[in-house]
Parts: sequence; C-alpha cells; structure tokens
Amino acid sequence: MTEHLQCRNRSEVAAFAAGAFPALGSLPGDLPTASGLPMNLLDPQGPVAAANRTILVDSVFIMLVIVVPTIVAILAFAFWFRASNTKARYQPDFVYSGRVEMVVWSIPALTVILLGGVAWIGSHQLDPAAPVPGTGSPVRIQAVSLDWKWLFIYPDQRIATVNTLTVPAGAELNFQLTSSSVMNTLFIPQLGSMIYTMNGMVTKLNLRADNEGKLQGLSAHFSGDGFPDMMFDVNVISPLAFPDWVAGTAKTDAVLNEASYKKLMLQGIERGRPSYRLEDPRLFDLIANQHIPPGPGPELISEAGRPHSGGHDAR
Amino acid sequence: MLGKLDWSAIPFDQPIPLAAGAVVLVAILAVLAWVVAKGHLPYLWHEWITSVDHKRIGVMYILLASVMLLRGGSDAIMMRIQQAVAYQSQGYLPPEHYNQIFSAHGTIMIFFVAMPFVIGLMNLVVPLQLGVRDVAFPTLNSVGFWLTATGALLVNISLVVGEFARTGWLAFPPLSELSYSPGVGVDYYAWSLQISGVGTLVAGINLVTTVLKLRTKGMNYLRMPMFCWTTLASNLLIVAAFPILTATLAMLLLDRYLGFHFFTNESGGNVMMFMNLIWAWGHPEVYILVLPAFGIFSEVVSTFSGKALFGYRSMVLATMAICVISFMVWLHHFFTMGAGPDVNAIFGIASMIIAVPTGVKIYNWLFTMYGGRIRFATPMLWAVGFMVTFIVGGLTGVLLAVPPADFMLHNSMFLVAHFHNVIIGGVLFGAFAGFEYWFPKAFGFRLDERWGRAAFWFTFLGFYVTFLPLYIAGMLGMTRRMQHYDVPAWRPWMIVAAVGMAVLTVGVICQIVQLVVSIRNREALRDRTGDPWDGRSLEWATSSPPPVFNFAFNPDVRGEDAYWDMKVHARQQSLDHDRPDYQDIEMPRNSPTGFVCAFFATIMGFALIWHIWWMVVLGGLGAWATFVVFAWRDHDEYVIPAEDVAAIDRINREERRGLVSMAGTV
Repeated sequence: MTEHLQCRNRSEVAAFAAGAFPALGSLPGDLPTASGLPMNLLDPQGPVAAANRTILVDSVFIMLVIVVPTIVAILAFAFWFRASNTKARYQPDFVYSGRVEMVVWSIPALTVILLGGVAWIGSHQLDPAAPVPGTGSPVRIQAVSLDWKWLFIYPDQRIATVNTLTVPAGAELNFQLTSSSVMNTLFIPQLGSMIYTMNGMVTKLNLRADNEGKLQGLSAHFSGDGFPDMMFDVNVISPLAFPDWVAGTAKTDAVLNEASYKKLMLQGIERGRPSYRLEDPRLFDLIANQHIPPGPGPELISEAGRPHSGGHDAR
Repeated sequence: MLGKLDWSAIPFDQPIPLAAGAVVLVAILAVLAWVVAKGHLPYLWHEWITSVDHKRIGVMYILLASVMLLRGGSDAIMMRIQQAVAYQSQGYLPPEHYNQIFSAHGTIMIFFVAMPFVIGLMNLVVPLQLGVRDVAFPTLNSVGFWLTATGALLVNISLVVGEFARTGWLAFPPLSELSYSPGVGVDYYAWSLQISGVGTLVAGINLVTTVLKLRTKGMNYLRMPMFCWTTLASNLLIVAAFPILTATLAMLLLDRYLGFHFFTNESGGNVMMFMNLIWAWGHPEVYILVLPAFGIFSEVVSTFSGKALFGYRSMVLATMAICVISFMVWLHHFFTMGAGPDVNAIFGIASMIIAVPTGVKIYNWLFTMYGGRIRFATPMLWAVGFMVTFIVGGLTGVLLAVPPADFMLHNSMFLVAHFHNVIIGGVLFGAFAGFEYWFPKAFGFRLDERWGRAAFWFTFLGFYVTFLPLYIAGMLGMTRRMQHYDVPAWRPWMIVAAVGMAVLTVGVICQIVQLVVSIRNREALRDRTGDPWDGRSLEWATSSPPPVFNFAFNPDVRGEDAYWDMKVHARQQSLDHDRPDYQDIEMPRNSPTGFVCAFFATIMGFALIWHIWWMVVLGGLGAWATFVVFAWRDHDEYVIPAEDVAAIDRINREERRGLVSMAGTV
C-alpha cells in the first residue's frame, strides 16, 4: 500500500547516494504498469482530443501562411541589401510609405481576426464543462488529487481506484475534480483537455474515450516532491466488460471511508494500484466542502530550514 | 538568539550546492583580496560603489546580470542533464534538490538576469540619447541598483544556508503556504523579490521621470529615439505592475508569518486570487523585458542599415499599444482553471491582439533593411537572428492563446519551449545586441568581432538544438518540472536538448572569451571618435566613454535621428568651427546611501527569513537612518569649472572633426 514517511531514520546521505547511482536504485519491476505508454497529442483517442488537435493544427497552418514568407523576406532582404552588394540600390529616404504601413497593419490584423474566430468558436464548443454525448449512460467519475497520487471515485458504482482509471469506450465521462491539498491538473493527453484541481472547489471536465486500450494520464501542474510519480493508467474497456469490472472491483476487502481516505491522503508515492469499495457515496462532497480537512503536508523534523518531506524518503 | 538558524541549515550532506557555494565564496574572497592588496579599494568605493553616475550604475547592473546569468545558466545545465539521464531512474538530483534548481533558475533568470540587464542598458543609454546630463533621481538610482543586488545576494545565500523555494518560480499557493512548504525556501524567494522589487520600482520611477521631464532642447516626444520610447513604455509598466507583485507577495508572507488566510486552503483563502494577482503582474512583466529589447533592435537595425527607422510613428503607436494591451491578457496563463468559455475566449482574443503591433514591428524592421546598406557587425547578427527566432516564438505564443490548443499544451514542455523562445530569442538576444552595440560607448573600445560572431552562431544554433526538441516533447504529452520519467518517447528529445545546452554553453564561453580578448587588445580596438558605428542618435555625439557630465552643451535637436542630422548639417555648412562659450556644470555628488541602505536591507532580509527579530529591527532602523542622514545633507552637488569642461570637450571635438566631414556621404 502507500508508502508513508516511514523511512525517516534513513539518512539523507544514503538517499542521495541512491539517487546518484540510479542503475542500482530502480529495477523495471518497480515501475507502474502503464508508464512508458506514448501520449502523442497528434494521436487522439477521443472526440475532445481530436477537436483540440484539429484546432491546434489548423491554427499553426493559418499562421505559417504568414510566418514563412516573412522569415524568407527577412533573410532575403538581409542578404540582398548587404553593404558589399553593389547591385542593391541604396534608398536612405525610404522611411515611410502609407501603402506599406497599411499592409503591415492589415496582415497581422486579418490573421488575428481569423484566429480570433477560431478561438471564440473553439472555446465554446470545447469548453471542458460542455457535455460530450456518447453511447449508453454517462459514467460519473470524481477525481481527487492527493499528495502524490490520483483517487478516482465512482459514486454510482460505489467503488474507487487509485492511480488507475477504468472507463467504458464510447460513454460520456463526467468528471468532477477537487484536490486534497495543493493544486494539480488532471490530464489524459490522448483524451483531450486538462483542468485544474483545487482544494475546497470542484471543477468539471467531460471527456470520451472512443477506442479500447491502455492510455496514460498525468498531473500537469507541479505539486511537490512526488509530482513526477503522479502518472496513472487509463484502461478503456468495452462497455460490455465494464459492469464485470465494476462487480470484480466491488468484491475487494479494502473499504474507502473517511478513515482510510485520511491515511491515503498523507504525503507519499503509490506504487501499487489499490482499489476500494466505497462506503459512503458522498465522500467526494465531504472532501470538496472541506468537511474532511485538507491534507497535512510534510512533517517537520527540525525547526531549521529543510523539512524532510516525502518524496525521496518514500522512494 | 538566531531564530530558526542553526547548523542543520548548512547542507553538509549535499555535495553539489556546498561545493558550488565554496567555489563561489573562494572566488569572491580571492577577488576581494586582490582588490585590497592592489590598493583598488578606494578607487572602487569612490568611483563605482558610491557612484550616482547613471553610466556607472548601468554598467554595474549589467555586471550583476552577467554574473547571475552564469548562476542561472549552471542551473539550466543541471536541469538538462537531469532530464537526459532521469529516464526510468532518479537521475543524479533528488527531487528536493531538482525542485529548488528549476525554481531558482526561473527566479534568477527573470529577476536577476533579464531585469538588471535591460535596466542597466536603459540607465546607460537613455540619458545620453535624450541629450541630458543625468537621470532625474541619481541617488535613488543607486539605491535601486543596490537593492536589486541585495535580492540577488539573498538568493545566492540560500544555496548554502537553508534552501531555496521548491515551488516553481511563481510560488503558487497552497504549495507555497506554510503547511506544504514549511522550510525557509519560500521565505528566501519572497523576501529577495520584495527587496529587489522595491529596487526595480524606484528604477522605474526614475526612468519614467527622466524620459518625461528631462529632454534636451528640441527633443520632443516624436523625436525621441525608439529605445527611449520603449524605455518609457517598459517603465510605465514597471510602475504600474510591480506594486501588484509586492502586494501579492506581502499577502503570501502575511499568510506564512502571521497566520493570515489570503491564499490558504483553510478559512476562506483563495488560491485563484493568487493566480490572478501574480499574473496581473506577470504578464506585463514579459513586456517590461521585451519592449526594451525591441527598442535595442530598432536602434541596431536602423544604424547598421544606414537608414532611419522605417515607419517611426507606427512603431511608437505599436509600442504604446503593447504597453496598454499587455495589462489585459493575464488570464491566458490559466485557461485550464475552468473560467468558462466567454472569459477564456475574450482573453484568448485579447492575447492575440498583442500579436498585431508586434507583427507591425517585425515588418517595420524588415522595411528598414529594405533599401539599406547593411553592415553585418555582431549587433546586427543578433538582430537578424532575433527577427527569425522571435517570429517562431510568436507563432507558438499565439497558438497557446487559442484556448482549445492551450487545453492540450498548458504547462507542457511546449510552453517551456515557447517562453524560452521569446525570452532567449527576444530579451537575451536583445541584451547581447545592446551589449555589443553600446560597449564601445561605455568603455571606449570595441569588442572583438571574431569572438562576437562565434558567440552569436553558437548561441543561435544552440538555442534551436535545445528548444525545438522541447516543443516536440510537449507534443508528446511531456509536462514541465519532471524530476524523472518513464516514457521512452521523451528520452531522445531530452538527450538532444542536453546536447543543445552544451552548444549554448559554448556560446556563453565565447562571450566571456570575447570580453577577455577585447580587454587585452583594447588599444587596437580603441575608438577615439565616440562614434564607432556611424550612429544616428545623441549617445554617439559625445566621447567614449562620455565625460561625467555627458555633454558640454545640451545638444539642440532639430528632428528625428538627432546626431545623424547634426553630422549631415555640419558637413553641408562647415559649422563646426565655432568657439563655444563653456559654462560651469553642476553635477550630483557621489553618495554611499544606496550601498549602506542595501547593506542594512540585506541584514533585515536575512533576519526576516530566519525569524531573528532583533536583527530585523537593527536592519530596519539602519536602512531608515541611512535615509534620514541622506535627507539631512547640505551639499549634494559639486561644480565642474568651465575651464575643465572646455579642456575635456576640446579633445572630443578634435577627434571627431574628421568623422563629421565624412558623415552623410556614405
């Protein structure tokens, strides 16, 4: 389970030595299962990512139409009007031209008008909170960023998982997000838009995964020493297999309630992929409205400058 | 007695910072010992440390920026190596160290490299370009510089005493609050910026006042060189934006020191307010940096093309448009906070609108080159390199302003590549161009061209090899600030970026070699005319280095490109034979106020960080008393007699006579 800050007595020298000789410190067996999967933004696996990619690529091409000729002109003018070129005509008085001025204000202005339209329409169509219709009934997922792991609560299925998100292909995924402590960002690059998680607040995100398979998600907002280990697996399974997965997960002995959540939210890195039965489907609300107080952060060992906080102790 | 400070604050178990700190300490002590042994101390004290001469202060700003560039660059090298090796492993830097390094890198590069570099150049050049003898508030100027140096010193002390922030360069709460960052790192960060922020603010007030109130005869607004305009715009932004930073950090400090709840999770604190406030400063800040660079390029392109700046009024308009709009776009830094489509779209479009005046500037430089006779001296190489590089950075910037694209790229390595693209390609290239361009003015000899070219090409290519891979890594989903990662697709790009960093480092080494070689060969590189580049604005009308009073007479300006005009005029009418009537000149006395005040500010800052309250009181009282003593002064000016002025000016005129007869014929 979660490795809390148990290794306190291990000296920092030893920790540093382990860091300095990485080959000894990490065996492939230590690694999370899905890590290492590609997260190519140009290979979308859902409609939101696909639409975002289209806008991204289109915008680049719209701008390249202006940018490429400009760069060519810069290099060409710089080359042709070099002092040693006797064929170039020296025109020291060419310092104003109304026509040129009109063109140079118009070109960027027109580009921006075009792109502004793209931005306006895109912002509305691809608002993270806007619905993304899918087949079958939507799946509600409540994501909580903890120090330093992701908790996914399925309130309707009354289960919860850590660092692994299992969803049915084709269904609308309604995310509600909050944080147990500091800010993070939930980001599944191949499914699309990211959104912040903040303690005491709920943000919304709707996504859909179209193809079965394994994807990877991560936190995209720095959150402390264990931040790089906030990678999570995304298993997109067939809608028919989803109920079986839910039933299988619900059989677990581990129960997620206020007490076990409070243990889970302590600073530390999660190597396994634990799953829980959800005792109270309102757990997310208790976290979001701060009925359960925010995570405690690192424990101070001395009053002096450097706290011995989680990251490397937990390694 | 010593608050939180005890021996555990020294990281004896971490060899890297300790060794680095020891090397720096030995180097500083060695330099100090050399200075004292050679008897240079009185010279340093009287001519530099207590100097209120804007040129000397400008040079000291640039020296500070250059030293801190090496520190921030070392951080960058360490980060690039870490990300190249930390694939499926912890690399060589544990997270608590790596996190300090990227936080320090950002903080140092923005506040203690880019800011002092551009403020230094503005200090050095703007009064000369305006044709005046000094800035509006010379002693305040010195205070501003020394307070900036205090901030830099505190950041460096954190290397060996305690720790620096592990939160990123903007210290977002709640991570930067006491519950999640209980160490002194965030305090080092916040107090360094509070103290240097005061320095920046007074520098801004000084330069705004100088441009608005001190201009020579006939130098009306629409005759000012472009660099003066961008200086005005940039310093207006400083005056408007830095108080926001000070207030925001003050609220964070209240949270941390006195248990307030501005940005905490508990008791109604609101982290979103911090995001808004810090970026309400942070976005104008990038224009504070890049506008002076635009000004430098305007001067350089015009001078080396042998033409006046194309579309001068258009450029003025574009500059002031950027100045105003830059205050209305801050929200694009957090489109992913869930503000809703209307807000996101409006701020996205506002951000794009800034690209219009910026694009106009590029085109006007382009048409300045058109029909010119371009001499590719080192400053011009930087200018052309900038134009090409900055367009690419502008493209990715506008892309990030499109909210749906930002939803995929926010906080990614793509973003990292983008802002390095505009800050290195814009601000740093600009600073280097200005350095090469005005160095002869400051010291009276040119810099070596061959090493200058080498520095340019290595930096230019190194930039692309380092940062194009980061764009690609961002497209592969890589987010910033990863101490380690397991994704094989990212690895090759991190290795290429590390190689690029090596090339960039060679560029910086070339720059250092250039300086050393040029100082050695200074007699061969000597410029006696004061006008080595066939310049167009008034800084070239005086000798190099200029006398303390800059100009024996306030120049009389009759149009744009004042000095060019004079040269042409003098040739046509042979007017340079008049025997001027020299007058006594009053100049401000040197004052140790800035240095002493910063000395006490350093003590106070250090004591605040470590909760040593008696020392806080001591430092505060000392700094206050310094001001009282300064306010009580009787004589703050001294007189340079007319004979001395005449003697100095005659030499300059003799050297220049040959030059004037040639001007305008090129």
